[in-house]
Order: sequence, then structure tokens, then C-alpha cells
Amino acid sequence: MIRSTHLPLLVTLATFVLAYALCASQYPAMLSLRVVANLLTDNAFLGIVAVGMTFVILSGGIDLSVGSVIAFTGVFLAVILRDTSIHPLAAFALVLVITATFGAAMGAIIHYLEMPAFIVTLAGMFLARGAAYVLSTDSVPITHEFYNTLQQIYWKTASGGRFRLIGGVMILTFIVGALVAHRTRFGQNVYALGGGGTTARLMGVPLASTTIGIYAISGGLAGLSGIVFSLYTSAGYSLATVGVELDAIAAVVIGGTLLTGGYGFVAGTFFGILIMGLIQTYIVFDGSLSSWWTKIVIGGLLFAFILLQKGLTWASTARRKAATGFVTPS
Amino acid sequence: MMGRALLRRIAPQLVILAIVLALNLMVFPDFLKVELQHGRLFGNLIDVLNRGAPTALLCLGMTLVIATRGIDLSVGAVMAIAGATAASLVVDGHHFLTAVAGALAVGAICGIWNGILVAVLRIQPIVATLVLMVAGRGIAQLITGGTILTFLDPGLIHLGAGTIFGVPTPIVIWLALGTFVAIFVRRTALGMLIEAIGINEASSRLAGINSKVLLVCVYIVSGLGAAIAGIIVAADIQGADANNAGLWLELDAILAVVIGGNSLLGGRFSIVASLLGAMIIQSVNSLILLSGLPPEFNLIIKALLILAILVIQSPKVSHLLYILRASAPQSARKPLPPLKEGQR
Amino acid sequence: MTDTPRPVLHAKGISKFFPGTVALDNVDLTLHAGEIHALLGENGAGKSTLIKCLTGVYRRDGGEILLDGTSVDPKSTHHSQMLGIGTVYQEVNLLPNLTVAENLYLGRQPMRGPFVDRRKMNADAAVSLRGFGINVDPTQPLFSYSVAIQQVVAIARAVEMSGKVLILDEPTASLDHDEVQLLFGVIRRLKTRGLAVVFITHFLDQVFDICDSATVLRNGQVVGRRDLAETTRNDVISLMLGRQLAARVRAPAPAVGGRTLLQIESLQKTGMLDPFTLDLHEGEVVGLAGLLGSGRTETANLIFGAVKADQGRLRLRGQDIQVRNPRDAVAHGFALCPEDRKTEGIVGDLSVRDNIVLALQARQGWMRPVPRKKIDAIAQHYVRTLDIRLANLDMPIRLLSGGNQQKALLARWLATDPDVLILDEPTRGIDIGAHAEIIALIGRLQQDGMALLVASSEMEELVAYANRVVVLRDRRQVGELVGEDVTADNIVRAIAADPVSAAVA
Repeated sequence: MIRSTHLPLLVTLATFVLAYALCASQYPAMLSLRVVANLLTDNAFLGIVAVGMTFVILSGGIDLSVGSVIAFTGVFLAVILRDTSIHPLAAFALVLVITATFGAAMGAIIHYLEMPAFIVTLAGMFLARGAAYVLSTDSVPITHEFYNTLQQIYWKTASGGRFRLIGGVMILTFIVGALVAHRTRFGQNVYALGGGGTTARLMGVPLASTTIGIYAISGGLAGLSGIVFSLYTSAGYSLATVGVELDAIAAVVIGGTLLTGGYGFVAGTFFGILIMGLIQTYIVFDGSLSSWWTKIVIGGLLFAFILLQKGLTWASTARRKAATGFVTPS
Repeated sequence: MMGRALLRRIAPQLVILAIVLALNLMVFPDFLKVELQHGRLFGNLIDVLNRGAPTALLCLGMTLVIATRGIDLSVGAVMAIAGATAASLVVDGHHFLTAVAGALAVGAICGIWNGILVAVLRIQPIVATLVLMVAGRGIAQLITGGTILTFLDPGLIHLGAGTIFGVPTPIVIWLALGTFVAIFVRRTALGMLIEAIGINEASSRLAGINSKVLLVCVYIVSGLGAAIAGIIVAADIQGADANNAGLWLELDAILAVVIGGNSLLGGRFSIVASLLGAMIIQSVNSLILLSGLPPEFNLIIKALLILAILVIQSPKVSHLLYILRASAPQSARKPLPPLKEGQR
Repeated sequence: MTDTPRPVLHAKGISKFFPGTVALDNVDLTLHAGEIHALLGENGAGKSTLIKCLTGVYRRDGGEILLDGTSVDPKSTHHSQMLGIGTVYQEVNLLPNLTVAENLYLGRQPMRGPFVDRRKMNADAAVSLRGFGINVDPTQPLFSYSVAIQQVVAIARAVEMSGKVLILDEPTASLDHDEVQLLFGVIRRLKTRGLAVVFITHFLDQVFDICDSATVLRNGQVVGRRDLAETTRNDVISLMLGRQLAARVRAPAPAVGGRTLLQIESLQKTGMLDPFTLDLHEGEVVGLAGLLGSGRTETANLIFGAVKADQGRLRLRGQDIQVRNPRDAVAHGFALCPEDRKTEGIVGDLSVRDNIVLALQARQGWMRPVPRKKIDAIAQHYVRTLDIRLANLDMPIRLLSGGNQQKALLARWLATDPDVLILDEPTRGIDIGAHAEIIALIGRLQQDGMALLVASSEMEELVAYANRVVVLRDRRQVGELVGEDVTADNIVRAIAADPVSAAVA
């Protein structure tokens, strides 16, 4: 049985299948595993950060700081690996703690000072970007051999496609994210918060720990995304990943999550990411189309999904299921 | 009497501005020196006024939009679109006034688009304007063809880099428009009706106010302000840069409105205070530059500034202050405004 | 066993003060196991304040709450729930985006390791809800079900978490007849399980249908406790509305001129108001009487276009007019002072001056501002004639007292020089002095030839100023009293009349 809450997800899926079919009919090469592998590799960092954004948006919030946090993470790793002899794994752990704490602090401010998430995370965006600048304004290459080791981990298909580690990390993040969102008490509390803060509190949802947890996840995943991005580019640059927060928000919405919170699925975001990657891949294959079409098409998709959800909200308030199937009419 | 009320309203902004300017003077004693060279005023103060022009123009519309409980995230993108439109029109050989008119029309259309999404389709402003924020730069690149579209039309360049009686044109434009809008909203009933909608839309509707039309109007003003800012920025560098024109300026504009003491929850507003907010931001930028502090610190200082203002403006903190100040424990306490759903 | 078993809930001498008012004055409430007890009273009588004291939303200022004989002190809704007092409100306090099962078990989900055991949760939910007499798919989101089902889910959650006392605060307000019967079935099951139920509603039929006993509140005091099997409808209504004034305070002057001004023909909206027809004459005050929820406010809102009507015709001085929204209504010379002054009347942060001139300015449009001098003249005129007490015209209106806010709202509409003035509960929540002044003002405006439509729950008030009274019940026009027939007794009789016989009449 299809639920109306599943409809946006189904539309996302249908959009993806249709788009892929269209692309493949024009460029059969796009069906190859090589393209699929590249799709996963190229969008790994965006996918990871979009999982965090899904949690934030499900709770009815927004996190504008993630792009800056990714850049900060990259610069931090590059600088610390250049200037100290610390092992990259230890550096990863350290940066994850820093970014998760940063997110938690924003969550605390949002909850305790009752300020809109939008403006608090805006300050966080400036702060993280500024911290990246302070560490280094230049692009700092990462030459640690452990990075080479990690970059060499891939699974090569017969057709020559390479499924790299970072694509795997993204898929793992999606799986864990989906489990947390749909199968744990914390996940239920996130949805409850998105359904209505006041009611959730009356029903006994711990608002403070949930809000702080959500932004800590978003910050931490932005950190993980930064690690992946540094593996992808082998460098840390404070001007990198500007505007990634917008891409992440767009992926979440195109994935069928309601921007006002409460409805949506982590899996939807995955397909949102794939749709956006597909558009880019198509433009590369075409060769004659310019890159700005990506932005316009994504903007159009964003608008279409916002309208779709608005329409669903109207429809669902207009007609409700009648009380069905009484056991006893008493 | 009006004058004194205004002075009281903008006093905090004036004090902050004075402090920042004084700090500027401390790190750079020649800060206030203004001299005339080749018929053009030069000096750091003039630079502040000149560089602050785009933010000042954006915060005119943003103030009105925020007064209606809205927000316009698209202004930076609209700047890029308008700049690209103006540039491509003069490159195609049109008169620069045609180009300006074209850019203004595009800005107005963007405003109408946002306004209809908000007022008619009832989409949350932050969501509605996000669409144009994402797509806008793509549209601008579409117009410029992906390059930085340069032009040499002296008329258009004059708007960004020229002078009028020795004063850089952008300063003249924002001061004139700022004065006009500030007076216009108060001389007509527009300001009062906008505030009424922002404070209590249900009551306003029952009093017979046409809130839909007014909402569309404020987004049009915002679009027009962005268009003018976009023209100035393009004229200044003699080219339309679809990627970087107005990048993050929507955030500066919102910040200016907030520094101006206007509540993000809508209601009473002051254009003058917002303009002072824009100048405060620019003075801080100047201070960082002049103090020899690496420009890297610019963003961190801005972030701390936002946080400080947030804490001061936070309903929780002001509630706390109110309780501390209230002498009688039984006095009527203002209830906390309800949590704004969807903005947590 | 003793003759009178110990009550499950015994609230003794509950008092609650708000700045300037006594919301609850020494109120007692007793509940026994297996009893359905109605808590009755008009708006502002103190029902919801009492509930909030019992459930820990408010801290009471005096009195004691005994639950099963032990004194309890609920500190929050959650705490009172843990103690055993569960509450279900009219606006279902559940999350529409979660599934039925998730709502039922939020915060206490069955777990398997670190994960929620969804299968068990859904199965448990289905079993539990079947015990309440409904058979729904618990994996569906809550919003896809009717309000009645949502209410039952809310009741199920409250009962499973609390299990001693269940408070139902106007649960039937937005339900249709069949849904009410469904809900009553659930409540009767709970009664047999031995729960004590407090039932708050303004539908008297429902009270007599399902409740065993009733406590009636008026102005924060208990004015009576009745065993409903031995009580008449008239008795209860009289208790609720008060009957200090048996006769008319004064006979209103007959309508001057009496030319027909506004003809309302079959105005209706499904679910809000059955077809409503009324002729309004110049210099006439028509009262709208009825209990809460009878359609008084709905009638006012439909005439003014605040809510768009499905059908119906309005004729002003014989001419057909279209009123699609309040703007149209204002343009035709209508004015409405709404019932809910705070959310629909005042614009809190604007100055008193701006609030007074708001409707006039809205009618003129923003391009033609009312000149400053004229604004001051208008504002000062009404401050003087209506005796609005304020420090200065620039202060935000929210700082005024309720009575002065109401006068400022009246000034807002009088400034537009309306032909038809609709007042919805014009004297609710204001002090005695302002009360008398507003009643006097209604008389003055009538003498000036204005047509007034006044919806009020205060019978004595209607009797004092209305030339005619239209009585509403269950969103239907059920009677009209004219001239000498306008007495409190007759209004009560018309409201209480048996619905079946009224339908025939």
C-alpha cells in the first residue's frame, strides 16, 4: 500500500529512473559501470554532508555552515599533517571531534537562546570559513603516504570503472543514517521535533538533547565530508566548497524531504544526490551544454518539489480518511 | 518631535558606528581625512561610504521584507542577474539607459516571482526565495555566456566608478534612494501597513488591509534594490561576473538589518537604522583592513559580531533581563513568543 | 466498603490568581472511579484554568489535589501524566507526521537492542486500539485519519500512560454526529474499565447523553454540582449563564426609522453554519444568542467575509453586494470587532494611534495617507468620547488594559463611519466600568441610526440593549425573539428547547 508520505520519495525515484533512461538513450555509454562508479566518487563528499542536512531539515531546521566546515576540515588536516607528525587517523578523529562539537554548540545556541537556526548557522558559516582562512589562505597539498594508501583502495570492475573508498564511505553513511533516522528513538525524536516543537515537548521528547544531537551530527558529518573531500583533492583549501550547503539543501529537497520538517527519508536524499550528479554527468557527456544549466535545472527541480509538497499538504488537509472499520459500533 | 523619536531609535546604531569609526581613527590617524583630487573626493571615509553602497541598497528592501516576517535570500543572485542583463544590453549596442531600465525590469520580475510564491502560494519566505538563490546564478551565467562580460560604455561605468560633483556615484545613489525610501514609507501609509502585517496578519486582514498586494510590493522593492546594487557592482569593475557579483551579500544585508535593531520576527522597522547597520559592517571591514590584521580575520570578527547581536536580541535573554528589571515579581510578564515552527 | 467510596480525584479549594484578576476562587472538584463528570461554564468561567492547575501547566496559588487519597503536586503535563492524570485537548496534541503507532509509543517504544522494534510496536498498537473499538492500520501516518480517530489515538496514549483520570477538553468540538458517537463508545468503554473521566464541552446534548454528573463554573467559582439524572436542561443553562437580573434593565428604545438596511439570505457554509437569514434595519440592535459553539462567531465572520461563505446573498439597501473578504466588507460600510481581541483585533506592537486609524487607512489605500493632523484629531476625538485611558497615543496598544483595547478597536471601526457594526463578544474579559460604557455606547450608536449585530454569551446584556434576539443552536437559527419577548427566560427556553421539537417547529 502506498502512503501519501511516500509519494515525494516515489516521485524522486521516478525522476531518477526517467532521467537516467533519457540520458542512456542519448548516450548509451552512461549506462556503464565506470560512469556509475564516477557518480559515486565525485559526489561522495556532497552525499555525506547531505545525510547530516537531512537530519537537520527533518527536524525543521537548516544548517548553512556545512560548506565552510568542509573547507575548514580540509585546511585543518592539510596544515596539521604538514606541520606535525601526527598520524592521519588521529587527525581524522581530532577533526571529527572538533566539527561535531562545533555543531553541538550551534544546536545549543539555537535551543537555549531560541534563535532561528538560519541565523545561528550563518554565524557558524562565517566562523568556520574564517577559521579556515586563519589556518591558511593558500591551497595546502597533502602528501602523506597514508593518503596514497587510502586513495589506492578501490574495487575495479571488468569495464574499468573504479569504485573507490570514498564512495563506499558515502554509502555506509547513508545506511547508518537511514538506520538512525528510521530505527532509533533519537530518529523518532527528530521527526517529532519536525512535526511540531511544542507538541513534541508535551509528549515528552527531550528537545535540548535532540536539537544539540542533530546539529552535532550535521557538524560531524560535515567533518567526515571534509576528510573525504581532502582524500578526493589531496589538498586543503580555505576557498573550497563555497555554496555546498545550498547543493546539500537542494539534494535533500529533491530527495523528497519537506523543507519545513517532519516528512522525508534518508534514502530519498541519496537519489537526490544521484539526480544532481546525473545532470552534471549529462552536461559533461553533451559537451555543448554549459555548466550553468546545472544550477538552473537544479533550481527548477527544487521549485517543482516545493510545489509538489505544497500541493500534497493542501490535498491531505482537504480530504481525510473517514473512520474505517470499527470492530464494534457500540 | 518625529526627529527626537528617530534619534532615540537609532541611538544604539550611532553609538556603535561612532565606536567603530573611532577605532578606525586610532589605528589609522588619517582615517577622517578627505581630499579632492582631480575633481573626485578621496579618503578612507569616502571608501567606506562607497564600498558599502551595495549592502545599503540591498538592506532597503530587506528591511521591508523582514518587517513582514519574511526574508529574501535571493538578492545576491538577483544582483548577478541584473548586472549581467545591463552588461549584455550595452554590449549589444543599446543605450546605457535602456540597459539600466532592462536590469531594473529584471529585478522587478524577480521580486514579483518571490512575492507570488510567498503571498499567493503561501510558501515560507526562506524556502520560496531559496529557489531563485540556487537558480539565479545559473540564469546570470546563461545571460553572460559563462564569461565575465566586460563593457566600455562610459554611461554605465559612470554609475559605478564615476562621480557627481566630486562624490562617487554609488554614494549619491544609495544616499538618495535611502532617503527617498525612508521618507516615502513614512509619508505614505506604506510603512504602517507593512508593520501591521508583520505584527499580526490576521488582525490586519480583518481591518481590511490587502496583505497580498503589499507582500508582493515589498519583494519587488527588494528585487529593485538588488538590481541597482547589481548595476553598480558591474559598472565598478566594468564587467558582469555572474559567479561572484553579490556573492554572500544577502547575508550582509540581513546582518545590516539585524544590526539596525530590526527584529527578524517582523514588525516595527527603521530604514535609517538598517542603513547605519550597513555602514557599521563596512566600517568593521575597513577597520580590519587598516589595522593590518590579516584579512583572514574579517569573517571571524563578523561571526562574533553576529553572535553578540544575537545574544542581545534573543527573546530568552531579553526575557531574562526583563525579569531582572521587573521590581514586582507578580507583574504582568510578557509571555515568550511561541516557537516559530520550521525555523528551529 | 464505605457508603461513599473514596474519590479517585479530589481537588479541594483550588485558587489561582492572575495579575488583577482571580481566575479560580476556592474551587472543588470530586471524581469517582467509573464516573463521567462534566465541567461546564462559558468562556472565561475558569474551566481551562482549573484543568491547567490539575495538569501542572499552571502552579496553583491555593488548595490541595488528592489522587487516590494522597496529596499530589503535578509540576508539568508530563509529571501529571506519570501521576495518573492524562489530558486530551480539542486540537489533538499528537504529531500528524508520525504514524499512529509512533504517536502511541513515542518516548516508550519497544526496543530490540539499539533499535526500535517496529514490528512489535505496530502489533501492540493494533491490539491496543482494537481495545478502544477502532480498527486502523497503525503504520499509516496520523494525519491521514479523521480528527475522531486522532482523538481516540490521543485518548489511548493518555490512558495507557496515566490510567486513573482522563480529562477530555472539548474533544467533540470539530466532530460530526457519527464521530461523536464513536468517541462516546470509547468513553463508555473507559467508564467500565473504572476510569474517572472529566468531560468538557459546550454541547449540552452531549453532556446529558454521556455524563453522570456535572460541576458548573462561573466567574472562577463553583456555582453548582448536579447529578444529571435529576437535573433539567434549564437548570444547567441558568447556572452557566447566571440569572441575577430577572427583568429587563431598561427597555431599549424602539428602532428609529426602521428602514431595511441589510438583508442576509440563506448565508451558509458547510460545517460552520446552516442557512442563515436575517433583515437588519437602521437604528436596530439585533442580538445573536446561543451557547459557545452554537454558531454566533461563525455568523459574524461569514457576514463580514472573514470566512468565505459557500452560498447566500447579501443585499445592502436593496442592492446585491459581493463580500468575498473583509476588504469588500469594509468598502461596503461593514465593521467587525472580533471575539478574539488579541489574535484578530489589535496589532499589538503598533501604537494606539496607528491601531485606531488602521481600518480607515486600509480603506483609503496606502497611496492616500490620512494626514497626520487628521489622524491626531480622530485619535484624540475617540480617546475623549470613549474615555480610553492611556499615557499617550504613541504607546503600543498591547500595553493597554482589555477594556481600553476594546474601546480602541471600537474607535478603529467608528472612524470608518460604518453602517453595519458587528460586535462579537464586545464585553468579554474587560472590567466592570468599561463594560457599562460599552453597553451605553451600543445604545448611543443605535440612537444615531446605525445597525448593530451583537453576538454575546451574556444574556442580561443582550436583554439590556437588543431590539431583537436571534437564537442559535448547533450552528442553526432556532428562534427569534422580538420586543417584549426578549427576556432572559425566553432566551434560555429557546436555547434549551428539545432539538427534535425545535426542528419540527
